[in-house]
Amino acid sequence: MNLMDDMLNPYYVDIVVFLIIYLLLGLGLNLITGYAGQVSLGHAAFYGIGAYSSAILSVTYGMNPWASMGSAVVITFVISAILGLPSLRVREDFLAITTLGLGLIAQSVFKNAEITGGAYGIDSIPVPSLFGLELKNVGYLLLVVVVLLAGIFVMQKMTKSRIGRAWMTIREDEMVAQAMGINTTYYKVLVFAIGGAYAGAAGALFAHKASYISAESFGFTISVTVLSMVVLGGLGSIRGTLFGVSVLYLLPELFRLFKLDFMEMKNLDVYKMMVYGLLMVIVMRYRPKGLFGKTGFKKKKRYSAGKEAAIKGGDQVA
Amino acid sequence: MLKIEGITKRFGGLVAVDQVSLQVNQGEIFGLIGPNGAGKTTFFNILTGIYKPDAGTIMFEEKPFRIAKSGIARTFQNIRLLKEETVLDNVALGMFGKTSSGLWAAILGLRSAKEEEAIVHTESLRLLELVGLASYEQLEAGSLSYGNQRRVEIARALVAKPKLLLLDEPTAGMNAEEVQEMTALIRKIRENGTTVILIEHNVTMVTGLCDRIAVLDHGVKIADDSPEAVISNPEVIEAYIGKVDEEGVTQHAAN
Ligand SMILES: Nc1ncnc2c1ncn2[C@@H]1O[C@H](COP(=O)(O)OP(=O)(O)OP(=O)(O)O)[C@@H](O)[C@H]1O
Ligand SMILES: [Mg+2]
Repeated sequence: MNLMDDMLNPYYVDIVVFLIIYLLLGLGLNLITGYAGQVSLGHAAFYGIGAYSSAILSVTYGMNPWASMGSAVVITFVISAILGLPSLRVREDFLAITTLGLGLIAQSVFKNAEITGGAYGIDSIPVPSLFGLELKNVGYLLLVVVVLLAGIFVMQKMTKSRIGRAWMTIREDEMVAQAMGINTTYYKVLVFAIGGAYAGAAGALFAHKASYISAESFGFTISVTVLSMVVLGGLGSIRGTLFGVSVLYLLPELFRLFKLDFMEMKNLDVYKMMVYGLLMVIVMRYRPKGLFGKTGFKKKKRYSAGKEAAIKGGDQVA
Repeated sequence: MLKIEGITKRFGGLVAVDQVSLQVNQGEIFGLIGPNGAGKTTFFNILTGIYKPDAGTIMFEEKPFRIAKSGIARTFQNIRLLKEETVLDNVALGMFGKTSSGLWAAILGLRSAKEEEAIVHTESLRLLELVGLASYEQLEAGSLSYGNQRRVEIARALVAKPKLLLLDEPTAGMNAEEVQEMTALIRKIRENGTTVILIEHNVTMVTGLCDRIAVLDHGVKIADDSPEAVISNPEVIEAYIGKVDEEGVTQHAAN
């Protein structure tokens, strides 16, 4: 392993590790928003909960990093289920606002709570080791690759199964879902829990790679960035997420690499958001379903309301 | 098999369904008619558990009823299919309540889940054949004609073998030939042992097809009798005046 560490430029290895962490984030969000149609603007909260859980358990409580990462996924699963509860009561657009709010609250808790190290954050997060070897560079890369492959596999199985069918029906027409005997409460909570668990895994992997975390890393920008990536790739498509996240994640890295003269490196983040914004506008205009997508935003209304219902107004079922 | 007593549903000040009682017997085709806004669809929505009634009781096979699982299935007045999914997948959806494999079965690819899928597949194909859409299985549901989309909805409702089928204006927007085919299909459904409640504006069709008909007007049941007795009932005629032409309410087809 050390040999490989010498051969591969650690700078590139790190880029790939962080890319894969983003891929996990994207998959989780695509499950929630793409497959089940529950818009979330607070995905970074789940990411942060995973990161802080693992960091606190391993640093403050001295837990083995493997155990802390596993626990972090379970903890995020549970908390995400709870944070998903508003989806049971509010409709699409309000859900966006609500999750946005939850994301902001979560970040402010990270920044101010004692257990999360306040504004300073948590450092010296230990690296997991396997057979006495610390998983650094390439070792850590292998770890995240394994987690990613497992994540893709599980997601493929889930979305093609009966559960996937329930999510898809809820996304398309909740009324039909109910009429078919689908327990919409259960499946909505479930998708937040699982999608959140993906983000939790991403967060835990991030914490142990970065070895230092603070509230800055889990803000609204992350939620929006990941959402743009997923939408660009296509809601409801695994390949789309892999593609969308990779392109948008690597694009800024390319700029950094080639040190384009006309751009100030310190403004990279600003350029990044501008490019993302522009891409979103173009995609929404010409390919509203994303590059690989089977679905776009705002589908529910299309079949539900017939002319008649529209005239009579209200939320009635005909 | 279905016994309803004193069902009432209010929307704000509007009483959409007003103290309606009825009884539907096993094996019947039961007609539910009435002018626009009479509360027919609302009545179905109560029967399928979408709305909770403000008063009254519903007994299904002597038991307080539960939704879908207890064997009641429906179609919608405004077709509600997943338009971008295949016809087959739409029908398969009807089996949801009959299947039970969960998360682990899906992830681990358990045999039980696969067997369940296989049953869903064959049953869905069987139903598509019954409604005469066997060769359409792989088409996008939204690409089908209006009449065929209605058939898909019926197949979806029937695939779980419900004891009671609720049809909300199954012939709305259909031409005469399609109406005949639909009539034949409903007869066939009854022959297969399913009880049917039918909301319909096409009076010729309802009177020809139903064993009994109830009439709602402004949420109130104003008649409940044989088709002949119902259409000659002066109160019913009055409720419909200005709305019925010789062939039934053809202007309603626009909906
Ligand atoms: N969710 C709702 N909120 C408010 N009012 C409603 C709602 N659903 C139905 N109504 C009202 O209740 C009354 C009965 O409506 P319903 O749809 O049951 O009539 P219908 O007999 O099915 O009519 P149609 O023949 O036009 O389909 C109407 O006045 C309708 O506007
Ligand atoms: Mg109606």
